[in-house]
Amino acid sequence: MSKMNMIQALNSAMDNMMERDPNVLAFGEDAGYFGGVFRVTAGLQEKYGLDRCFDAPINEAAIVAMAIGMGANGLKPVAEIQFSDYIFPAIDQIVSELSRLRYRTAGTFTAPVVIRTPSGGGIRGGQTHSMSPEAFFTQVPGLQVVMPSNPYDAKGLLIAAIESPDPIIFFEPKRLYNGPFDGGAGKALETWGKHPKGEVPDEHYTLPIGKADVVREGAAMTIVTYGTLVHVALAAAEQSGIDAEIIDLRTLVPYDIETIAASVNKTGRCIVAQEAPRTSGFGAELAAQIQEDCFYALEAPIKRVTGWDTPYPHAHEWSYFPGPQRFINAMREVLEA
Amino acid sequence: MAHSKPRFHVPAPHVRPGDTPDFSHIEIPPAGTARRPDPSIAGSETLDLALGLVRVLDHNHQAVGEWDPKLEPETLREGLRHMVLTRVYDERMQKLQRQGKMSFYMKSMGEEAVAVAAAMALDKTDMVFPSYRQQGILFARGRDIVEMMCHCISNSRDNLKGRQLPVHYTWAEGNFFSISGNLTTQFPQAVGYAMASQYKGESRITASWIGDGSTAEGDFHGAMVLASTYKAPVILNIVNNQWAISTFQGMAAGASETFALKGIGYGLASLRIDGNDFLAVYAATQWAAERARAGHGATVIESYTYRADAHSTSDDPSGYRPKGEAAAWPLGDPVERLKNHLIGLGEWDEERHVALEKELDQLVIASYKEAETYGTLHDGPLSPVQSMFEDVYAEPDWRLRRQRRDLGV
Repeated sequence: MSKMNMIQALNSAMDNMMERDPNVLAFGEDAGYFGGVFRVTAGLQEKYGLDRCFDAPINEAAIVAMAIGMGANGLKPVAEIQFSDYIFPAIDQIVSELSRLRYRTAGTFTAPVVIRTPSGGGIRGGQTHSMSPEAFFTQVPGLQVVMPSNPYDAKGLLIAAIESPDPIIFFEPKRLYNGPFDGGAGKALETWGKHPKGEVPDEHYTLPIGKADVVREGAAMTIVTYGTLVHVALAAAEQSGIDAEIIDLRTLVPYDIETIAASVNKTGRCIVAQEAPRTSGFGAELAAQIQEDCFYALEAPIKRVTGWDTPYPHAHEWSYFPGPQRFINAMREVLEA
Repeated sequence: MAHSKPRFHVPAPHVRPGDTPDFSHIEIPPAGTARRPDPSIAGSETLDLALGLVRVLDHNHQAVGEWDPKLEPETLREGLRHMVLTRVYDERMQKLQRQGKMSFYMKSMGEEAVAVAAAMALDKTDMVFPSYRQQGILFARGRDIVEMMCHCISNSRDNLKGRQLPVHYTWAEGNFFSISGNLTTQFPQAVGYAMASQYKGESRITASWIGDGSTAEGDFHGAMVLASTYKAPVILNIVNNQWAISTFQGMAAGASETFALKGIGYGLASLRIDGNDFLAVYAATQWAAERARAGHGATVIESYTYRADAHSTSDDPSGYRPKGEAAAWPLGDPVERLKNHLIGLGEWDEERHVALEKELDQLVIASYKEAETYGTLHDGPLSPVQSMFEDVYAEPDWRLRRQRRDLGV
């Protein structure tokens, strides 16, 4: 067991897997010698060699296509897309190729590729380094979509993703790389050092894909969210004194409907939250499914807490970001309804 | 109202429907004149070959020059058989499509040598990532015709469970990757596949095919960069059949003199070859395979050919190109040329050829009859409807289980 931030936990997952399985390869822009702009693959080239962890040309479509070819030929590629904002040049390879290879070949070819990519804002990244594009990928049959919110989960889920026979888009909320973030802009940075989820086993372990985590039990309402906003929701419950049950989805596809429904059936009130823009966001899917499964238990309309339907602004980042006050406002509305 | 003179340049073919076919602008160097360098040559030193045209069969149907692969008559006859089978099969399948037996079909008429000769020059263990017009590879590798047809009519025996359009074959046992309808996606994937073979210490190489129009895609650039950067053991074939549906090759070529020339900028060995010349395709593939296996990296091969029929059964070329172009194509017909070569060698004759066509046509007809015993698209049986929910993931999750229940299957 070691104290790890999320970068170290992800690096440890890669290290464990590269040690165990010679078919695990890591590559991406700046991911080789330098170890990635966020250092997730640091030291892996030195330890495992140039052909295990290497730099790729700046061509996201080619990076994913290379991973597909390698995956179809028996390797387990872990490709890094430097920022999730940069994933769009690869969209055809992901949506039309990677996701459907098993299906269109009736299972005779598969590409068990993991695409790791840092996402989300709160880092003064402006519109091209802050996006949360997860919803695009949740619409694609054949992909699984994972987003951890802490170092312990990040390692267990990344190892599970690498071991999974299915292609996985693995979003890493970059605001959480170095510490939990409760949405309080301008406060001193916290580290993972004192956080229980910053205690991470050095050895191999997995967490099940498709299983959510109830990070706070409560009776007043259910808040379903993932990534950075898990910590914001916790802070909002703390600050408002409202006894919310908070569910960290961890996996968006397939999301854990059992855990969600059990909680909403218990509390009768629900907020879904995402950092991404509101319209057609993943919260909309959650709200629709919760409404289908839990309608007669609901005592109030399901409320969404989201980013605005604008690009992610630079100067007005904190007016865009759904911070604790936006959660508290929504929580009061849901209680009063 | 249209301006009489366009305000910017939009390339156009110089003949259109109603015009007389005219290929006088195409320069055809005599067969046997291209040099055959050692396959270890630096890619940048192949400029003359990227601009020229490797040809082996001359106008008298004799094999000439350094590129003559000097094949045994038995091999030539085998190649002829695969090419004739490809053509006969295409012809019959097109007819069946017209009768409503298939939703769609794509012939490869005029391009049979591009697929068959390349497949024969490769090892059967070499991986191929074709486009939708290289069905000749399947025949050359011995794919069962009934199985191919069962796929095309999406019946209960379709190895793809009715999930793909006709012609979008997959044959894992034959090292034949899945055909995508999205263009060029397979090109960079093939490079990754080739790299994985190297990683595993295998001597097998990978080959991929795209059309001239597909070179305009970003994935073309991606494949070239990957192949060049990682020196991958891959053969990147550009089948320049002059037409991308209704769009002539100049729309993708732009100001580039040839498609092979594009490879030179990436430092890749690049050859432009007579794609209707079985021996030229065989020899170029053999050269590129030797180069790749010896660790000298990738080769770009532009096969210069002509799409002698429509793009697909949904296309009518009379709307965009003159009638009779295929007959006027200066590089002739690949089947006729190989046949005449064999006749010239005293290893074949017209009677045997007619008998071969008849034999293969009967084989195709009998195969279709058998294929129909496993069902048809319209009357079934098809793959069970619940199979629609299989293979999305290794195991269906709760959403697919619920949705299958919703459909009542």
